[in-house]
Parts: sequence; structure tokens; C-alpha cells
Amino acid sequence: MTFFVKRPDIYGLMAEFDAPEKILAAAERAKQEGYHDMDAFTPFPMEELTDALGIRHSKLSLFVLCCGLFGMLFGFFFQYWVSVIDYPLNIGGRPLNSWPQWIPVTFELTILFSAFGAVIGMIFRNGLPRPVHPVFNVDRFELATKDKFFLCIEAVDPKFDKEKTRKFLESLKPDYITVVDHVHTKDPYHQDDE
Amino acid sequence: MAEVLSLLRKPLVLDNKSYADVTHDIAKPLERKTSTAWWAAFIISVGVLLIGIAAVVYQIVTGVGVWGLNNTVGWAFDITNFVFWIGIGHAGTLISAILFLFRQKWRTSVNRSAEAMTIFAVMCAGIFPIIHTGRPWFAFWLVPYPNFRGPLWVNFRSPLEWDMFAISCYFTISLVFWYVGLIPDLATLRDRTTSTIKQKLYGFFSLGWNGSNRTWHRYEKVYLLLAGLATPLVVSVHTIVSWDFATSVIPGWHTTILPPYFVAGAVFSGFAMVLTLMLIVRKVMSLEAYITTHHIENMCKVILATGGIVGLAYATELFVAYYSANGYEQFAFINRALGPYGWTYWMMVGCNILATQFFWFKKLRTNVIWVFIISVIINVGMWFERFVIIMTSLTRDYLPASWASFTPTIIDLATLAGSFGLFFTLFLLFARFLPMVAIGEVKGVLNYGRNGKGGHA
Repeated sequence: MTFFVKRPDIYGLMAEFDAPEKILAAAERAKQEGYHDMDAFTPFPMEELTDALGIRHSKLSLFVLCCGLFGMLFGFFFQYWVSVIDYPLNIGGRPLNSWPQWIPVTFELTILFSAFGAVIGMIFRNGLPRPVHPVFNVDRFELATKDKFFLCIEAVDPKFDKEKTRKFLESLKPDYITVVDHVHTKDPYHQDDE
Repeated sequence: MAEVLSLLRKPLVLDNKSYADVTHDIAKPLERKTSTAWWAAFIISVGVLLIGIAAVVYQIVTGVGVWGLNNTVGWAFDITNFVFWIGIGHAGTLISAILFLFRQKWRTSVNRSAEAMTIFAVMCAGIFPIIHTGRPWFAFWLVPYPNFRGPLWVNFRSPLEWDMFAISCYFTISLVFWYVGLIPDLATLRDRTTSTIKQKLYGFFSLGWNGSNRTWHRYEKVYLLLAGLATPLVVSVHTIVSWDFATSVIPGWHTTILPPYFVAGAVFSGFAMVLTLMLIVRKVMSLEAYITTHHIENMCKVILATGGIVGLAYATELFVAYYSANGYEQFAFINRALGPYGWTYWMMVGCNILATQFFWFKKLRTNVIWVFIISVIINVGMWFERFVIIMTSLTRDYLPASWASFTPTIIDLATLAGSFGLFFTLFLLFARFLPMVAIGEVKGVLNYGRNGKGGHA
């Protein structure tokens, strides 16, 4: 493996299917064939497809747990600091460290931090916002949010070969097969590719 | 996929819709010309909202004395309206989070609008404590922030401060939950629209969503996590609202039953409001195939169940007052039912307990007009419930010398009306510009009951 990997001249090949069962079967076949760098684009979530594509399960839950714990500790000790150290209120000699009364706010902040962690984590780990993506170059791709199902095998996959992969995709009997170009067909940093 | 194979599971979406039909049916009302009916409803709502704004401006300029409050009754319409709206705001999260965790797939047709309703109801609710401070420009003092007024902090031992945290946290999370749910549908609209401005706006807010399975996978995970987080949150919010009352020593308020009683009441009133709105929406926007009688029936059953809990709470309160052998507590309840505001108590019992009993009958549960009428009656009844709890306890507490009565002024009424104006204005704007039904989620359950499998393909 060389240090400088030459950018493939296309992003990948994309096959279009018209039913969820078909793309599921296609993804399973592609995985058997040994492809890894691929993705499916569907109008609604399909859990089965995640396994068929061999996508590793997200570790987001752990991150959310950490956010929640942080929110909980921050919420509790902030109230402690305010009520006991910085601004103690003597109300009939009652104890300053009246921790049961801080539970509601601690609870709310735990939830708030976890939820923010979950959403922000999801958006960033998904690489969103990303308004420009090679798959949008495909003419019929706007149907991916409507009723068509797309399987894209990326050119960076070690097994990818423009002709062989095309033959393989044809064997899956899709409705269309399209070459997916890069966002910038001319890579500005690798002019010598031409 | 067309024929029905399962006898156990009826399809959630009728008329054998295809995936393309779902997109078309839900996106089309957003693309056609604004109808006259929409304009008429919008103008009326905005008109009522303006009346409310005028009342609030007058109140702020003059002082809270323009309401019917007095030294004895310091909380009346304002806090009643606050609790009423917060209660309504509970159905959205209940439908989107709790029903999601229970895998109630029928929720997909109603969750989007219910969540929107939640957000708007919480906005209406939030106005009341703020204007009740009398000096709303100082409302930010409720937020603990470093300041130059000495070491001066909020009192974290006060239920009112807990309330501030609960409501603002609930609002934020409901908004985030709603937006996350909208992202894939905004992408659908982006890919459909022909108008450049709309394409730019939908494109911006859909964050470049492309339906990639990696993205969906994390999205589903986050949706599950949010549902799990929102479920205890929704229970906590009305619990904390009830502590505003329960932690005080006023007869009729100082009871441990208040938190569960408030939460059940919130779900009850929230579902009634969802039904009121959805029955109009499905008719006006022809979504009968998506919001079917099956959905309406399910919601009626939830109302029946929570209405039963509310009824049990009313009875328990009476019994505990009797059994406590506490003269003040006993008087508070006798006064509730038979005192000068007794008619509001019977309004509450009549609307919330008696009216819901009709839902035992399948014939009535599936009769749209009948369900609509009862849902409106429940909304009225739940407003009275909040009024009864707050008002009757305050007017006559321990010392007869300090008793006083409350009569709402025209400003009180105008402010209440204004909150409805705000609610409907926001809801109409939502109906005009955003998909009322979660397109992506409905597609996911489209085959439910059609091929003998539960949801998905």
C-alpha cells in the first residue's frame, strides 16, 4: 500500500431498485461478494439493511450516557455551590445542604444534556450538514426520498473494478445502473490525474 | 403486497397506498394554492391573538390589578391557563415517545401534529407565568446566571424555580425531537418542490439528508434514545407543576396524590386536544386514509383509561379529605363541591367523568362527529379542573376573615382567548408549511398488516 492513494476517477456505481425486498437481497449479495465500502439510500429506515450492509452498530449511546452523567454532576454540584457556598440562605436554621430539593433540577439537566448529546452527536457523526454529496449527482437520486431504493458501491472499495462491479450489479437486476461522479469531476489537488 | 394476509393485524394505512402516494398525499396540500378556508381560519386566529396581545399590553402597562386578583386569590386565571396549556402539551411527547417505546406503530400518523401541538401549547403556557410576574422584562432573573448584583442566585429550593427548569427543558427537548423527526421529511420536500426559495429553505433545514443507511441507522438510534429520555421527562414536567401546589400548606393542595393526578389529567386533556385538532385536519386535508377510525378509536381508549384515573383521583381526594379527620381539608372539599364555585366543580365532573363514559361504546368511538364533540367537552372540563383546584382552595383557606372571591375581568378573558389565538395561529402556519404526517415513518409501517409482517418491508 502506497502512502499517496490515488483518488479513484469516479465516486462509485449506483444501482436503483423499486422495492425494499430487492435492495435487501442486493445488499446481502454484495456483502457475500466481499464489498465493504457501500451504502444504501432508502426513503425510510430499514433495520435489516444495516446488518446486510455490515454496518457496525453505533456507539452513540455511550456518548449520550457520558453527556447525561456530566449534566447530572454539573447540575447537582452547581446547585450545591450556589446554595451552600456562594449564596447561603439561612431559613430558620435549616441545613444548607438540602440536597433532596435539588433533585428536580438535577434530573432536568441530566435529560437536557443527554438529549443535546444525542442529537448533536447524531448530526456530527452522520457528517451533516452536508448539502453537497456525490450521490446527488445521480439524476434520479431525488427519488431516494420518495419511493426508490439505491445501492451504491464506492470506488474506494478494494474489490471495486469498474467493469466487474458493473457486471455484478447487472446480475442483481436493478432498474438502472449509474456511474456516480465526484462532486468536482476535476480534482483540484490532483491535476495530474487527467 | 396488496392483499391482506393477516387477520390479526389490520393495515394502518388504508386504500393500498404506495410509497409514492404517501409522499404525494402529504406533500400536496403544502404545494397547492392557499385555500380560502385556511385564510379565513388564519385571519380569525390572528384577530383573536391580537385581542390577547392588546390585553397583555394593557396589563403590563397598568399592572396585574387589571385582572380579578386580590390579596387572597393571587393565582387565578393566569395559573389556571398555564397548567391547562402545559397539560395539553403532554400528549405530543406521550404519542411520540411513550407509544414509540411500546412499539405502537399507529402513532406514526399522528405523532408529527401532536408534537407540533405540544410545542405550541408549551409556548402558550410559558406566557402566563411570565406576564404574571408583572414585570416580564425581568423574567430572565429566573435563570441562574453570574451577575453583578452581589453574589445573588436563584433559590433552588423553590418549586417555582424547578418549574422554570422543567418547562424550559421540556420545551427545548420537544422542539429538538420534533425537528429531528422532520429532517427526513424536509429532504423529501426539498426533492419534490419546484420553487427555488422553498428548495433552498427545505434544503437548508434538511441538512443535506440523503437517506443513507448509515445515517438512518444512527438516526433510529437517536430517536430511540430521545424517546427514552423524553418519557421520564414528560412525567416529571407535570409532576413538578403539581409541586407548585403540593409543597404549599393550602388545604386541598397539600396532598401527595397531586403528581400522579396531574400527569393522568395532562395525558387525558392532551389526547382530547389531539383528537379535536386531528379530526379537523383529516377532514380538511383529506388524510382519512392515514388517520383512520382505528387511530381515533385508539385515542378514545387512551382517553377512557386516563379519564378513569382522573375520576379515581377525584374520588380519592374526597375520601382522603374525609378520612384525614382534618377540618380544614374536609371543608376545602365540601366547599369545592357545594360552595359558591360549586358549579365549576360539577362542570369538571360532568365534562371529564360523565362525558367520557360514552367511549365505552364502539359505535360512539367510531363516530367522528360524536368523538369531536366529546373531545371539545373534555377540553372545557379540563380547564375547569385546573380552575377548581387553584381557585376554590385559595378563596377560602384557614381564616374566614381573609376569605375573598374572584371574578374574572374582561382582561382575564381576553388573555385566555388570546392564548387560543396564538395556539391556532401557530398550528395553521404549521399545517401550511410543514408536513402534517411523518412521511418517512408512515412509509416504514405501510406494509403493516398487508403481508403478514409487522411493519417495514
